Amino acid sequence: MTLSRRAFLGSAAAAAGGALVIGFSYRGHFRFGKQPQAQEKPPENPFDAWIRIKPDNSSDLVFAQSEMGQGVYTALPMLLADEADLDWDRVTIVQSDFSRGTGGSGSVRSNYDNLRRAGAVVRSTMIAAAAHRWGVTSAECTANKSVVLHDASGRRATYGELVDDVRRIPLPDAKTVKLKEPGQYTLIGHDTPHRDIPDKCTGAARFGLDVRLPGMVYAVIARCPTFGGSPAKFDATRALATPGVLQAFEIPARGYRIFSAGGVAVVATSTWAAMQGRKALDITWNHGPHNAESTDGLRAQMRQALDKPPVWSSDSTGPDPDAVAGVKRIDSIYEFQFLSHACMEPMNVTLHAHDGKCEVWCPSQAADWTRSSIAAELGIAETNVTVHTTFMGGGFGRRYTADFQTEAAQIAKHVSTPVQLVWTREDDMTHDFYRPAGMRHMRGALDAQGNVVAWTDHVADTAIGDYWSEPGKYKPDGGELPGRPVYPIPRVRMKYSPIQSGVPRAWWRSVGNSQNGAAVESFVDELAHAANQDPYQFRRRLLLLPPVNEDKPNPEERPVDRNRLVSVLDLAAQKGNWGKQLGPNRGRGIACTAVYAYLAQVAEVTVEHDNIRVDRLVTVIDCGQVVNPNGARSQLEGGMMFTLSSILKEQITIRNGAAEQQNFDDYSVLRLSEAPVLETYFIESHADPHGLGEAAVGLTGPAVANAIFAATGKRLRRMPFRMDEVTS
Amino acid sequence: MSQFALMVNGQPRIVDADSAMPLLWVLRDLLQMTGTKYGCGIGMCGACTVHLDGEAVRSCQTAVADARGKRIITIEGLGEGETHFVQDAWIAEQVPQCGYCQPGQIMSAAALLQNNPKPTDAQIDDAMTGNICRCGTYFRIRKAIHRAALEMRT
Repeated sequence: MTLSRRAFLGSAAAAAGGALVIGFSYRGHFRFGKQPQAQEKPPENPFDAWIRIKPDNSSDLVFAQSEMGQGVYTALPMLLADEADLDWDRVTIVQSDFSRGTGGSGSVRSNYDNLRRAGAVVRSTMIAAAAHRWGVTSAECTANKSVVLHDASGRRATYGELVDDVRRIPLPDAKTVKLKEPGQYTLIGHDTPHRDIPDKCTGAARFGLDVRLPGMVYAVIARCPTFGGSPAKFDATRALATPGVLQAFEIPARGYRIFSAGGVAVVATSTWAAMQGRKALDITWNHGPHNAESTDGLRAQMRQALDKPPVWSSDSTGPDPDAVAGVKRIDSIYEFQFLSHACMEPMNVTLHAHDGKCEVWCPSQAADWTRSSIAAELGIAETNVTVHTTFMGGGFGRRYTADFQTEAAQIAKHVSTPVQLVWTREDDMTHDFYRPAGMRHMRGALDAQGNVVAWTDHVADTAIGDYWSEPGKYKPDGGELPGRPVYPIPRVRMKYSPIQSGVPRAWWRSVGNSQNGAAVESFVDELAHAANQDPYQFRRRLLLLPPVNEDKPNPEERPVDRNRLVSVLDLAAQKGNWGKQLGPNRGRGIACTAVYAYLAQVAEVTVEHDNIRVDRLVTVIDCGQVVNPNGARSQLEGGMMFTLSSILKEQITIRNGAAEQQNFDDYSVLRLSEAPVLETYFIESHADPHGLGEAAVGLTGPAVANAIFAATGKRLRRMPFRMDEVTS
Repeated sequence: MSQFALMVNGQPRIVDADSAMPLLWVLRDLLQMTGTKYGCGIGMCGACTVHLDGEAVRSCQTAVADARGKRIITIEGLGEGETHFVQDAWIAEQVPQCGYCQPGQIMSAAALLQNNPKPTDAQIDDAMTGNICRCGTYFRIRKAIHRAALEMRT
């Protein structure tokens, strides 16, 4: 497809195969810091989205964001199609090659304005073309379902009929084009079935592992169980004698920012044969520098770090919050564990490298990084690498990295046919980039009125920033810490001490918020009880206090509106029957957050025989304009269940420098029998939307912990929660 | 390697495979039927669920030799060319997010409803607790099963 640029910033139109193609570029994609080697925009694809309007009046909408279950496959097209007044029933949605980084709950939030403007450009151009044809003004015409109408004369023209005319019409400036008023939306704000769901119910949806190509082979890699270990020597004789096994060879580890383990690759005619071949390898491992690392050892280091001055502190001037006079002080230690992402589809990628080119099929949150890493590994230009993004069986941050793609490129150097690298569940669980583990010492002081006058939060954890910084260049900057508490507190100090570890770690749904949110709102609950105040009323009262010592507003972030938080808190209390009696062994907990959007949640739990059962989660959210209520609800439900699983069940422990858990038999996750009833309410709003994929993650942990306290009088501070918790 | 004659979704299929090769990999790698998913390989997640003579089984734990002579139904064949009423219920309740576990969830639910057209919540728990979903669609799965049960009776 060739596109000729017109003189309009950010959009271009061209005709291709009788269709009108308009491309849009915007900068709404998610990137983690600086990705070396990644080009800002591959030159052959300057666009992030484009629309093809065909003469038969159907249209294709092509998007660069990847779908991992979060619903962008439907929500982003809705934004464009609504403003463009397209016939939604005749829209086909296409995942573009060269997809962009997708993460940080950013797809809808960052593209809400861009995509509506892009759509409005289409509508306005279609109307202008029809008006020109009819010799009337644009103002006399309207558009509806891919048809322009001239109301006065009853004339109508489909977008498809106008394709040729449009090429003579200049595109309006996307920055100033007129957008619809919320009352005019036909899709935005309306429950819209997800376009990918039917195929996901019939087995027709193609995930990365479902890629099948003529002549393809399958590969698995034997990696050293110890992080940082490598094969000292290996004998592949028995592996090569296994039926179906074709080749076995060593691939080296790749370091900084790729962080692949290396090992011995086995290539075979089927996945099963490759697995059998791997079992037959005889490998002697060099276990490397982290062999002695253990969860017990890391916990001891964290405990010690909390007793020492922090490595980083938010400010060291003014009175120390711990020295502020208060009538009551609370002092608690919270702890969080390493977590695996455990995406249902283990990591995998399919590559065909031939004649200096490489074609890639990858379930990746970052096809751009996938592409640059594969090009670097193969020593070819990025323009010779094509990446097709497949559906992903879960992402949760795990699919952002470039480790498995680099491994596959290493294997492809030995294989002339297409090859699919398959990670087994065991590979996936033992070579993840885990959610960090850590401890935190929280201290707070209350005055006689029960106001919080001082707050200290000292976190000691296995820093993500340390792992991803250039070797020897890491400088703690507080990036791992939560922001200031949303409540007005005169003295706040945040402290941080990184803990050295060889355990790989990176971004796990909501990153720091998963551990920070849980502790912050549990600790607020502790303060409420210490003040002898109802936890809901305590929060409400604090939120309505006048601001004190506010941080300077960050121009890149929207300022927090505490009144919106109070509104969701009030509705959650009402819908969650706050204050009404529950039966024996049962309790209600409340929590709220303004981190991703304005959310409040009431959890109901039953604790019997030390067994924690979450019965009901009532959530209220003000996330601005809801684009697709159906999808928004799914994302919130998903965030709650992912969190519930992590706080009640999941943990990776380290022994001899390796993950002890291998599969779903020893890494327990939430199952259907443990899933609570969910009720989710949206505050109606037309404000700019917030992202939802991670919004509920920091909320469910404390809501449940606070409910357990209400039911039992026991404050659980160590995750995963156990009624017989022992802190040391 | 031996030859196995299998009956998959009503079609006779001949495969050359090691007799210990799990049905999962026969379906996915030899027959290119990728609707049945690999999730754990040890029968702990349910993503690979298929029907063997009408019973839900984990195809990762079923050797191809043991599938011989049995009626194998996979997600691709569940609706016999149409969408099955359980699939319709899944679509109506908008269950899937990433969707990877859902073929297995649907196969487990279809087997449950075949044996028990009016399952209680506790019976749904029993039948479905072996199927993991990481996206957290359990609440919708429960609703979809109740909806499918209602559709089946009316």
